[in-house]
Amino acid sequence: MQIQPILAALRKYRLATLLIALEIALACAVLCNACFLIVSRLRQTQIDSGIDQRALAVIKLSGFDEAGSIDLNARMLDGLRRIPGMQSVGAINAVPFGQHAGTAGITLDQAGQHFGGVIDFYLGGPGTFEALGLRLVAGRAPQADDFRPLNHFEPDDAPVMVTRTLAEHLWPGADPLGKEFWSDHDHFRVVGVIASLARQDGGEGGPETIQWSVFVPAQPGMYLAGNYLLRADPAQLPRVLRDARAAVVKIAPDAVLDNQASQTLDELRLRYFRADRAMAGILLGVIVALLLVTALGIVGLASFWVTQRSKQIGIRRAIGATRGDILRYFQTENFLIVSFGIALGMLLAYGLNLALMRFYELPRLPLLYLPVGALTLWCLGQLAVLGPARRAAAVPPVVATRSV
Amino acid sequence: MFGYYLDLALRSFSRHKALTGLMVLAIALGIGTSMTTLTVLHVLSNDPLPGRSQMLFYPQLDPQDLDGYRPGVEPPGQVTLIDGMNLLRAHRAERQALMTGGSVPVEPPRGDVDPFFADARYTTADFFPMFEVPMRYGRAWSAADDQAKARVAVISRSLNDRLFGGRDSTGQLLQLGDSAFRIVGVLDAWRPSPHFYDLHIAGSYARAEDVFLPLQSALDAKLAINGSISCWGGYAVGQLATAPCVWLQFWVQLDDPAQAVGYRSFLEHYSQEQQALGRFQRPLNVRLRNLMDWLGYQRVVPSDVRLQTWLAAGFLLVCLVNTVGLMLAKFMRRNDELGVRRALGASKRALFAQLLVESGVIGLSGGLGGLLLALGGLWLVRQRPTDYAALAQLDAPMLLVTFALALGASLTAGLLPAWRACQIAPALQLKEA
Repeated sequence: MQIQPILAALRKYRLATLLIALEIALACAVLCNACFLIVSRLRQTQIDSGIDQRALAVIKLSGFDEAGSIDLNARMLDGLRRIPGMQSVGAINAVPFGQHAGTAGITLDQAGQHFGGVIDFYLGGPGTFEALGLRLVAGRAPQADDFRPLNHFEPDDAPVMVTRTLAEHLWPGADPLGKEFWSDHDHFRVVGVIASLARQDGGEGGPETIQWSVFVPAQPGMYLAGNYLLRADPAQLPRVLRDARAAVVKIAPDAVLDNQASQTLDELRLRYFRADRAMAGILLGVIVALLLVTALGIVGLASFWVTQRSKQIGIRRAIGATRGDILRYFQTENFLIVSFGIALGMLLAYGLNLALMRFYELPRLPLLYLPVGALTLWCLGQLAVLGPARRAAAVPPVVATRSV
Repeated sequence: MFGYYLDLALRSFSRHKALTGLMVLAIALGIGTSMTTLTVLHVLSNDPLPGRSQMLFYPQLDPQDLDGYRPGVEPPGQVTLIDGMNLLRAHRAERQALMTGGSVPVEPPRGDVDPFFADARYTTADFFPMFEVPMRYGRAWSAADDQAKARVAVISRSLNDRLFGGRDSTGQLLQLGDSAFRIVGVLDAWRPSPHFYDLHIAGSYARAEDVFLPLQSALDAKLAINGSISCWGGYAVGQLATAPCVWLQFWVQLDDPAQAVGYRSFLEHYSQEQQALGRFQRPLNVRLRNLMDWLGYQRVVPSDVRLQTWLAAGFLLVCLVNTVGLMLAKFMRRNDELGVRRALGASKRALFAQLLVESGVIGLSGGLGGLLLALGGLWLVRQRPTDYAALAQLDAPMLLVTFALALGASLTAGLLPAWRACQIAPALQLKEA
């Protein structure tokens, strides 16, 4: 295929060529960035919560008298444990993807000079560490005497388990076991490291902080009451949760069941990421509409060109060009225009990504998206031009002999 | 002339149905998505109190200790009870209200309704006149009721409907747990959007509360507090009144800029005074934002919504470039017809006008299609589980914007092709034809 005559022909239709190329370029920029947004959104929904999510559920009460917390805990723990199929019940302040309850800034020295970041505290009663299914990678799990009473929000000098990610952030390269940190006047000592445990309400400081949490063993009581972690076989969990919700009315008539928050963890997680999934859906819709409009634009202009050039096509056919030659001519022409558009589009995509990085704290666009976007648009262009090109190939040589 | 051009445009549409259809479709898609996202953005960045918002200010103080202090940090977004009461008593603004959210157990007067929890707002008397809250029955409580810790209440219209079947319930008793409050007023329908006076409760676009009580009376009755509480230093839970915790919102009304300047210097003076007393330890750090600035600073509009708007704008741009290309093709195809018109005496200007009328008609048809798509899109937005879902409605200004945008876009798209098509030499076209 000779490129020279195609370029010469395109020079005659400079404006139209430029418009198609521009449309391809814009589509390329939006396509690459929208795909990247979709993937990063969906990746967020895939985060490792670090817990045995499928086997867990939560019962949350409100409206009870705080002074009766110890009594309420005793009644609830005892009553819920009687439900058939219940494997374990424990008091906990919050769960991943639930309402957040223990978020605080920490410092690495007592004077509060060395700021460590804002992290989430999981205060759990006996049995909750095992029920959550947290995976220990170093140090030890909580022991019976680790569960100390809370004096207000936190127990005194609590031995805690931190996530690997948080340990690496606070003490890069060092052994976290035995290290200490403070939150206001509360003091914590690291005795164990867990593989992962996602935060209660996502990372406020961006996706990299999503694992910044600690598990604090605590004795249920005044400030740890009304929120219970249930564990059961995943197959039985919906039934166990239903029974538990029904049992609460009898066990704790003085409290009100929080229907919104009393769910299986799977359900809470599903709800937590609803906005992200919706956004991914919207982006996908826009991409489809965008490709559709671009394809229709190519079809429209290519058809116009075929009509305009039907006489020239006829002459070429009359002097020996095959149908295949004509078909390939239009395909090559489209390939050239689209390639030009893609070249421009990659620059635009990069620029758009810079703007998104600035305003939406998005990471840099991985280079892989550019060839994928380019390939998509090349295929789209070829598909769109196929119809008009076939019509061009069908022009009979006899057209050359007509005056118009 | 306009009628004639319109007639020509319609004739040309029936001749080039496919091409015209493509253009209308492209514009409709672009306008539909843009209007859906723009409408959502429009309702979310709504001014909750038009005409008054520039007079309402949200003072911020920095009462924290030096733990974790970094220069240049914004003061907390709420105030302590001590500072709130001090500022309230100083009475340096036209009007001022101190408030916090709460949750109250309502015992319905009729036995057939089960007790339930209602969202409450504990505030002070100026809340109602300052935010121009509409009253259906009775009136708000007075500053004297605040002082006396009177057990009085104002309830929302929907709660009044639920408890008293919509009748005038002023004078009735409202039983909240162990305490009884006398209803003095019933609000008319009121849904400020965003829920500007307290952005910490369930979503920035939540409904207004159902029960309004004097702040001191509610604290006196030990009713539950609901909202964000942020503390520092050594404190004991359960003693929120004296603890170093910020958990209240304080709003003032300042009628003109001079008053705002005066109030700002009062805040600075107050902070210095507290520093001298040793209560405030950080360097002077006060803010006085008006309502809309406060909403902007708090970024109430979700960033996803902004992102969607930009995305839709990008999509509209692609649709426009597409339309320019198609119009170019369409107008060029009609060289013969335009040549004949030129030869018969039509000026370039007349041809240009004719082609622009044609673009405009395409734009309006696209706008109509876009309107239908936007209505569908907004319906989809309303089905989503967000706190602002119910607000996503197309209003009259946005309807106008839809057609203005469609017309503007298609005319812009038509300019270049129309200009190109007018450059035809009349004689040449006649000869070739």
